[in-house]
Amino acid sequence: MDKHLVSPNPHIHSAVSTASLMRDVIIALVPAIVVSVLFYGWAELLVLAVSAVSCVLIEWAIAKFLFKDMNLFCPSAATVTGLLLAMNLPVTTPWWIVLIGALFAIGVVKMSFGGIGQNVFNPAIAARVFLLVSFPQQMTNWAAPAGFISSVDAFSGATLLGQVHALGALQADKLVSLQTLFYNIGGSAGEISALALLVGWVYLLVRRVIKPWITLSIFATVALVALVFHLVDPSMYTGPLFNLLSGGLILGACFMATDYVTSPMSDWGGVIYGVGIGFLAMMIRYFGSYPEGVSFAILLMNMTVPLLNRWFHGKKYGRA
Amino acid sequence: MAKLTTFSIGGVHPDDSKIARDCAIEVLPLPPTVYVSMAQHLGAPAKPVVAVGDTVKVGTVLAEPGGFISAFVHSPVSGTVKSIGPRKDIAGNPVTHIEIAVEGDEWEESINRSDKLDTEIPEDTAAILDRIRACGVVGLGGATFPTHVKLNPAGGATAECLIINGAECEPYLTSDYRIMLERSKEIVVGVAIMKKVLGDPRTVIGIEENKPEAITAMDAAVYDLGYHGIEVLPLKKKYPQGGEKQLIDAVMHRQVGSGALPISVGAVVQNVATALAVYEAVQKNKPLISNTLTITGDCLPEEKQHNYLFRIGMPLSFIAEYAGGVPAEAAKLISGGPMMGKAIANLDAATVKGSSSILYLSEAATKRGKESYCIRCGRCADACPMGLEPFLLRRLYKAGDLEGLEKEAAQDCIECGCCLYSCPANIPLLDQIRMAKGQVMGVIRARAAAAKAAAEAAKEQAK
Repeated sequence: MDKHLVSPNPHIHSAVSTASLMRDVIIALVPAIVVSVLFYGWAELLVLAVSAVSCVLIEWAIAKFLFKDMNLFCPSAATVTGLLLAMNLPVTTPWWIVLIGALFAIGVVKMSFGGIGQNVFNPAIAARVFLLVSFPQQMTNWAAPAGFISSVDAFSGATLLGQVHALGALQADKLVSLQTLFYNIGGSAGEISALALLVGWVYLLVRRVIKPWITLSIFATVALVALVFHLVDPSMYTGPLFNLLSGGLILGACFMATDYVTSPMSDWGGVIYGVGIGFLAMMIRYFGSYPEGVSFAILLMNMTVPLLNRWFHGKKYGRA
Repeated sequence: MAKLTTFSIGGVHPDDSKIARDCAIEVLPLPPTVYVSMAQHLGAPAKPVVAVGDTVKVGTVLAEPGGFISAFVHSPVSGTVKSIGPRKDIAGNPVTHIEIAVEGDEWEESINRSDKLDTEIPEDTAAILDRIRACGVVGLGGATFPTHVKLNPAGGATAECLIINGAECEPYLTSDYRIMLERSKEIVVGVAIMKKVLGDPRTVIGIEENKPEAITAMDAAVYDLGYHGIEVLPLKKKYPQGGEKQLIDAVMHRQVGSGALPISVGAVVQNVATALAVYEAVQKNKPLISNTLTITGDCLPEEKQHNYLFRIGMPLSFIAEYAGGVPAEAAKLISGGPMMGKAIANLDAATVKGSSSILYLSEAATKRGKESYCIRCGRCADACPMGLEPFLLRRLYKAGDLEGLEKEAAQDCIECGCCLYSCPANIPLLDQIRMAKGQVMGVIRARAAAAKAAAEAAKEQAK
């Protein structure tokens, strides 16, 4: 009998593991990555590769040499961080800036808080903001190189959100059309195709990797805030459709705000978190000095997560 | 088709692996010796009333209840009592057993051994309850709570709904399924008996949708017997549907309060196998000396899987040998289902009233992955059918925060295993929450005892 295991129940385990969840996130990013490489060419692939590979290597090195705990090394999770960071950067970003971003994301934001599961801020977003304030020129160089698809109508040089200050809200609103849903040139890899991102998001929902509440509440809040302001003064404030489809909103709402570690545990906590992100993002877009506010909004709401976890709990059986 | 009902909070969907579902129930031969445990029901162990050297028949009383919540134990075989003393149970803990050398197969004359269906239910409910008690019937859904106690709610509470548990939500297990197919009418008569005892409440037989043949068979049995007010309710497949609190939620859409009994929301839940035992006790005067178990597992060839009618007290090793031995690939032997069953540490242990399986799991099926760090995905909280937050309970346990654990309802844990099953980081959530629950229960009990003592002291003073 001594050769048989004796341990408490349950005796079986679901096939889902941390690695399989992260693999699913990588798969969900594939459509958007393919689109970005099609439009921006090899240069984009280089940014993605440098970012992902350096994130994995940095995490490996820190886990091995500093923590001496290889349980902290999760290559699939580091890859997700790397890909998301790259998708937040202009395709023209020099490789050494990407490397600094990876070092900041993994080394400072993730590992210095204790590694996987312990970080307060989303590593990819924190790194993006870090790079944005450190290298403002390189980080806003949206000149897009030619990709594999040449039929691109050119207003390259500025993002949709960037046009608002130049053209005014009324003209900027007109830049959004059905085409914007499929692709929109100018901006980072994660801003090109709303549709490709949404396909990935639906994949995550179908695979039950994430729940829809955070993303939906961000979309709803952005739409509502934009609608109210737009109705009050359309010449000053862009409308709901423009704000939903421009900038990093979809990438942020679908892939960054839904990061397990830095989002609330409960569904209601998630809804409040999403409302907060949507509201703050719109306030920054309308009144801030930066054209884009999603990254700041997510970082700000990351800080409220411990509080939301304390306040909001799921319904317990047989208790009010 | 209308949307199937199920419980409202949490749950998981393990593959149901009902490999032995088509194996008809076979009767096991008698072993040379049986060992009858005195602690095979919830509550106080039974007290032996036979002595070494006594000859017994099948159905002879071996032991009487050792308290209010306790049960009679009868001899499952005829023969001579060889010894009375401690023997190891499946976990390896010593428990008093009565050893009987089997000689022939002679039954007490009072037992009606005919297979004829007897649908005449006695009029006197007190006599029915007495018979159920005298026959040592206990709940066969897992908890082995004495059935007569459950059918006689304390303090004049009335049952609004009798729920019969045919969910069999544990993967692999098929014994309830087989009896629902093969002995449906006897079960339905047993259900009718319990319904009568409880004052004719609404009665629902809940069966998961993955057993359509059982749903049809039970439906047909109710129809053929012409009973009214007994309803067969198909349930959406989800574990732990067969949990008492979950089944009440699924059927009645009511939730039992923390620490309260099902009767507080008007529910009484009994298993289908218990209904069969009630039928045999009341209609045939046959004590609970046998039950059905499944020999199954992912590493057992299909032709070696069986559903057996066993006599209580047969060593598990005897049954395993008869079925062809323990497969070489088996990494873990389990008594019960893969979610809530107990690992068998001692295969020589004897079967008890509540035995439901010998489950062989291969290393690939059962080995826990290496534990890594929590990624706060919240899957444990989504899976918990009690709506608890296992990740939080674990943190509170590690911090030694008993107050926090009680506030976050660690004591409500039903140990179903959903949290550990679903954790992608293989964190031993249930192992730790079980410890936490024990500590919190200790605090709650101590507080209740102190309150009682204080009340009594105050009463003394008032005199």
